[in-house]
Amino acid sequence: MHAVNGPAVETVGLRKEFGAIVAVEGLDLVIPRGQVFGLLGPNGSGKTTTIRMLCGLMQPTAGSARVVGHDVVTEPESIRRKIGYMSQRYGLYDDLTVYENLRFYSTVYGLHGSARTARLEAHIAELGFEERRDQLAGTLSGGWKQRLALACATAHDPEMLFLDEPTAGVDPAARRKFWETIYELAQKGTTILVTTHYMDEAERCERLAFLSRGHLIGVGTPDEITRQFNQPTIEDVFIMLQQQDEVRA
Amino acid sequence: MNPSSPWRRAGARVRESRFWPMLWKEFIQMRRDKLTLGMMTVLPAIQLMLFGYAIQTDVRHVPTVVLDESRSAESRALAQTLANTDVFTIVGDVADMNAVRDAIEGGRAGAALIIPPDYHRHIARGTPAPAQLIVDAADPQSSAAALSGAQLAAQARGIALTTARLGGRSFVLPVELRVRPWYNPAQRSAIFIVPGVIGVLLTITMTLITSTAIVRERERGTLEQLIVTPIDKPSLMLGKLVPFMLVGYVQMTVVMGLGRLIFDIPILGSLPLLYLLTAPFIVASLGVGLLISTIARSQAQAMQLGFFFMLPNILLSGYIFPRAAMPEPAQWIGALLPLTFFLKILRGVLLKGIGFEHLWKETAVLILFAAVLVSVSVRRFSKTIE
Repeated sequence: MHAVNGPAVETVGLRKEFGAIVAVEGLDLVIPRGQVFGLLGPNGSGKTTTIRMLCGLMQPTAGSARVVGHDVVTEPESIRRKIGYMSQRYGLYDDLTVYENLRFYSTVYGLHGSARTARLEAHIAELGFEERRDQLAGTLSGGWKQRLALACATAHDPEMLFLDEPTAGVDPAARRKFWETIYELAQKGTTILVTTHYMDEAERCERLAFLSRGHLIGVGTPDEITRQFNQPTIEDVFIMLQQQDEVRA
Repeated sequence: MNPSSPWRRAGARVRESRFWPMLWKEFIQMRRDKLTLGMMTVLPAIQLMLFGYAIQTDVRHVPTVVLDESRSAESRALAQTLANTDVFTIVGDVADMNAVRDAIEGGRAGAALIIPPDYHRHIARGTPAPAQLIVDAADPQSSAAALSGAQLAAQARGIALTTARLGGRSFVLPVELRVRPWYNPAQRSAIFIVPGVIGVLLTITMTLITSTAIVRERERGTLEQLIVTPIDKPSLMLGKLVPFMLVGYVQMTVVMGLGRLIFDIPILGSLPLLYLLTAPFIVASLGVGLLISTIARSQAQAMQLGFFFMLPNILLSGYIFPRAAMPEPAQWIGALLPLTFFLKILRGVLLKGIGFEHLWKETAVLILFAAVLVSVSVRRFSKTIE
């Protein structure tokens, strides 16, 4: 459904410094369109910083990145029209209702009139929010909040979706439901970049990238990754990397 | 009509501006925020009472003790004349100088009238009759009032005695300079202070509430979510500002209404003119709030910066202390505060009933403040989270 020209994300030598600390260094990453792409790594490995640079929330110190065909430094507004982003903190307005949050974000994304009404009603029905549409977002449980945040981030049918630890602190049933929605979106052609700490979620991704201390140390399908690091599962790879980090630290 | 006419395209651009959803959201949030709503209405009322009643720069009824060693009709007449000025209230007689010292040091009296034993004899002889007024001048403002009150009493008594000596023929002073206090004939400080309360309140609300409102979005993580959307900076910031403009006008109306009811504040000039000239002041104050929000990283920091800004506003704008009495550097700082100019507009329209022909300079300065502050803060505000 979306124009397919070039990869969804392409970075060359992407680097981010915070004072003396180098959070991301020499990142070369290509994410093809329509994939569910997992970004893994221990805490502080640079996952969130990478996502923030790709969304135009942070300026790279060096290197370049193109997202859905636009440069992150020179054309951030073009990128913002085409992507959705869900932060670890969800970014919902606690003092607005479910419906008001959805309406606000879809209008900000440029939906108006009958198109907006249709989209809103469809979203509410799809997500099962009929009974909660007038509930304040602040009173929702973790799972419902996360679903609402996803609905807000996808109000405009983005070409690409960035999810930063979307399932942290959510119960297993809600996590499963969430991933069903992710797959539906991917089937419609949406590219998805997701960071996670759950290894079962990592194994659901088509391709993975492992970050360690700001460096990209492995890219491939889950099978390729386990073979590359000579470990039985992704979880073992993860633990091995974390232990290496601790030895170096 | 031609569907692609420039009018229609312009209309669509306005309708689809991202300013509207921002405005809509802010109004809903404001309606649900009971604390802010309360601050908007109760705060002005409390401030008005506090400032209106407490700030009394006109000194009256200084408690006064009398040490009357003359014990004559003349000495009692002098004490009575002093009491008649309303500046002094006789609270009692004392027996000696130790008692005078006691009364003033203990705070029971702010002044003491001392009449020597030979006072009535001097008057009978027609020689200058000395009497002494001791004033607690630790507070210069009240002692200044006491001094002028004492002079007034002495003059009145002198005229009365001279008239009597001339056998009842009316006595005329060679020169008489009459002071006519225009605009505030009773010289009540509330008349001066209450219009100022409007300006000070607007400054507090517009800067503090605006700056914390934006910083709060930053703290809660909703700003991060908002800036990854295609919303443009002017829409984001104006959507935040416009609801507060309305709050400002509500507050102003509340204070003005209560000021009229409780303190009988005159409204001599044109109210529509006042409301119109308030707009650039409100925008300038919101601009200060915006600027603070681009500097502060937390709500606590925003509050601190806000209070730091409030202090010169209260001290140097001419709200309580006249700017003419300030040293020049203090006057320069005062000239950098929007409130300084707005106070002239407020007092000018309310108390003097003057029109735009006398206020265009102040208005122009406020428009300049507003334009600079808002454009600088929109420029400083960055759609990043670093």
